[in-house]
Amino acid sequence: MNAVLQFLQTWWLELVCGVVIVAVVPLIAGYVVLVERKLMADMQARLGPMRVGPHGLLQPIADAVKLLIKEDIIPRDADAFIFWFAPVISMVAALTSMGALYFGPDFRVARDINVGILFVIGVSSLGFLGIILGGWASNSHYSIIGAIRSTAQLVSYETAGGLAIISALLLSGTLKISAIVDAQSANHVWFIFLAPIGFFTYLVASIAETNRAPFDLPEAESELVAGYMTEYSGFRWALYFLGEYANMIVVASVATTLFLGGWLRPFPNVHWLNWLDFLPALLIAAVGVYCVYRAGKQPAKVQVGFMWAVALCCFAVALIYLLPWIFSPLRFAVPGLNGAFWFLLKVAGYIYIFMWLRFTLPRYRFDQLMHLGWYILIPLAIVNVFSVGVAMLLESEFGVNRWLALILTTIFTLAVSIYLVYLHDRRTVATSSASAVATDSYAG
Amino acid sequence: MMSPAHYLFLSLALFLIGCIGVVTRRNVIVVLMSIELILNAVNINLVLFSRIFGDVAGQVFALFIIADAAAEAAVGLGIIIAFFRNRETVLADEMDLLKW
Amino acid sequence: MLDSLLFYFFAGVAVLSAALMVTRRNVIHCAVFLITTLLATAGIFLQLRAEFLFVTQIILYVGGIMVLFIFVIMLVRLDAPIHQLRFRLQKFVAFLVALVLGLEVAGILLLARKLPGGGLFIKESASPDKLPPNSEELARSLFSTYLLPFEIASVLLLVAMVGAVVMAKNRKRSDLS
Repeated sequence: MNAVLQFLQTWWLELVCGVVIVAVVPLIAGYVVLVERKLMADMQARLGPMRVGPHGLLQPIADAVKLLIKEDIIPRDADAFIFWFAPVISMVAALTSMGALYFGPDFRVARDINVGILFVIGVSSLGFLGIILGGWASNSHYSIIGAIRSTAQLVSYETAGGLAIISALLLSGTLKISAIVDAQSANHVWFIFLAPIGFFTYLVASIAETNRAPFDLPEAESELVAGYMTEYSGFRWALYFLGEYANMIVVASVATTLFLGGWLRPFPNVHWLNWLDFLPALLIAAVGVYCVYRAGKQPAKVQVGFMWAVALCCFAVALIYLLPWIFSPLRFAVPGLNGAFWFLLKVAGYIYIFMWLRFTLPRYRFDQLMHLGWYILIPLAIVNVFSVGVAMLLESEFGVNRWLALILTTIFTLAVSIYLVYLHDRRTVATSSASAVATDSYAG
Repeated sequence: MMSPAHYLFLSLALFLIGCIGVVTRRNVIVVLMSIELILNAVNINLVLFSRIFGDVAGQVFALFIIADAAAEAAVGLGIIIAFFRNRETVLADEMDLLKW
Repeated sequence: MLDSLLFYFFAGVAVLSAALMVTRRNVIHCAVFLITTLLATAGIFLQLRAEFLFVTQIILYVGGIMVLFIFVIMLVRLDAPIHQLRFRLQKFVAFLVALVLGLEVAGILLLARKLPGGGLFIKESASPDKLPPNSEELARSLFSTYLLPFEIASVLLLVAMVGAVVMAKNRKRSDLS
């Protein structure tokens, strides 16, 4: 009994954080779905969900209730144990990997793991097990083909993503998440400026890893019904879906930590730009002012009241951000609050890029997808690792300026990438002219 | 950490279960999986003693064993696929081409 | 206290999943239980403060080798289990040999208690706070003392990759002539 109390005393914060993650992240993922639908509507010149709640804000809750009360169908010849188990694996992998993330300077879920980034990437990549086991357990053709395609895609692009991350890890020299962000702070710039090709490769690889368009062939509705999710309905499907969106948040967090400076503001540690520390409060207040401005233009009374409520919330949050500057005893909270704001802003920006690409680009065919992954992205990632390594060697051994070395090697990597794309164009021309041989998409 | 004997017993148990799997199962893929189990038991031993003596060589060796297990699994499964393509079976009883 | 709890949890999961793995009839269930065993072993590595091996086990073993196994299981799946007259005696022989071997090693371990210093039942070891950071030390020794085995391992992986692709490749009609 005493031991249990002692255990709780040392670990109560981590346990609470764990419970918060498991309880809150599905809700957040649901609202990310709503944001995506609204964004899709905006880019397609329509309004999106507007019925449920003001401006459709209760739509995720309505969706969750609908999915919960649906009938739980298990196909007759399906393997019941694995059919039950597979969506759970997907969700657990995504949520567990969130356990090692840092949202601010002292704002983390669990203790600071020495191999933090590798843990996040490794555990989040276990989601493929949920996909392939679910596809197999459904005992249906669409499911198994979708599952195998999805897993092949995930494994290929995970290699490319892992190699792309190495360039940022070379620059930071450690796997600990707090130390990576501190390295970016010491360098005075985010790593995206020092290793842009690594960031771009990781962006493409992460889109493919989360099965988002333009790489969403395994789960697109016009292709394989719904791929591995075909036989899943009700809450099991919701678990898969939420696992996918939670995975999106994890991948965005990894990219933010490694390339976009984590919780640092733009140009960290540059003293004459210290006024940027006030930016979070100003931005939120600006959103509040915009809401007040739009409140006057709403047609219905309820909507006017709603906009005023949102504006008041924004002003309250901006006040919370300004309070530590006014009352000095609260000054310790400034890095935490600011850090959380910048981190969430960057994660939101990254997810916005995901959604933007989804609504803009057409889908890749599966063999084009595999060709892009293995023939273009992985060689590019390998050359990128090599060139960042050479740049660091030039800097440490020969005393070349870091920026000059990195710019030279980036130009070299760009030249290699142009050559790879040229090879790809020549190959497509060659195969279209030699169309007598029947191509097998899965061979080679 | 607990005393080494606990880890040694765990590693022994995994090793013996792996051996039973290799000897008893008909499906060659399960035999390969039991071999992976044996390799894991050895890994636990290596990491245990690396921790006791503070020498990182044990962990380096365990890392090489993991890489080696990957290579061996790949080649073994390639062989199984090639055999399956010819004989349509993966049961060890029916792989008797060399039987007199 | 937490240490022993974690150890018993991971050890229990590992042994239970291993036992389930070698006894399931459905091969996919075997693969799933092997995955749980590997994850439990990774937990044991973490408990022994080998953090890099913990993530390497998860990424390579579970995320790499088990992908291979599951793909191959799906490729060579036979639907109807064939019931034939089987030589059943080998199960008993296997159990007997395993029992004898287990008793032998357990006997050795327990007899070692009589050695000076308590044999293998030592109570204290290096405190975890005094350990050097694991990844850095592993990397340092991997790239200096053990550089040759490292390079050989990469050549081995390349050879295995090429070999596996060649063996499992689909032979087109033109290749056979």
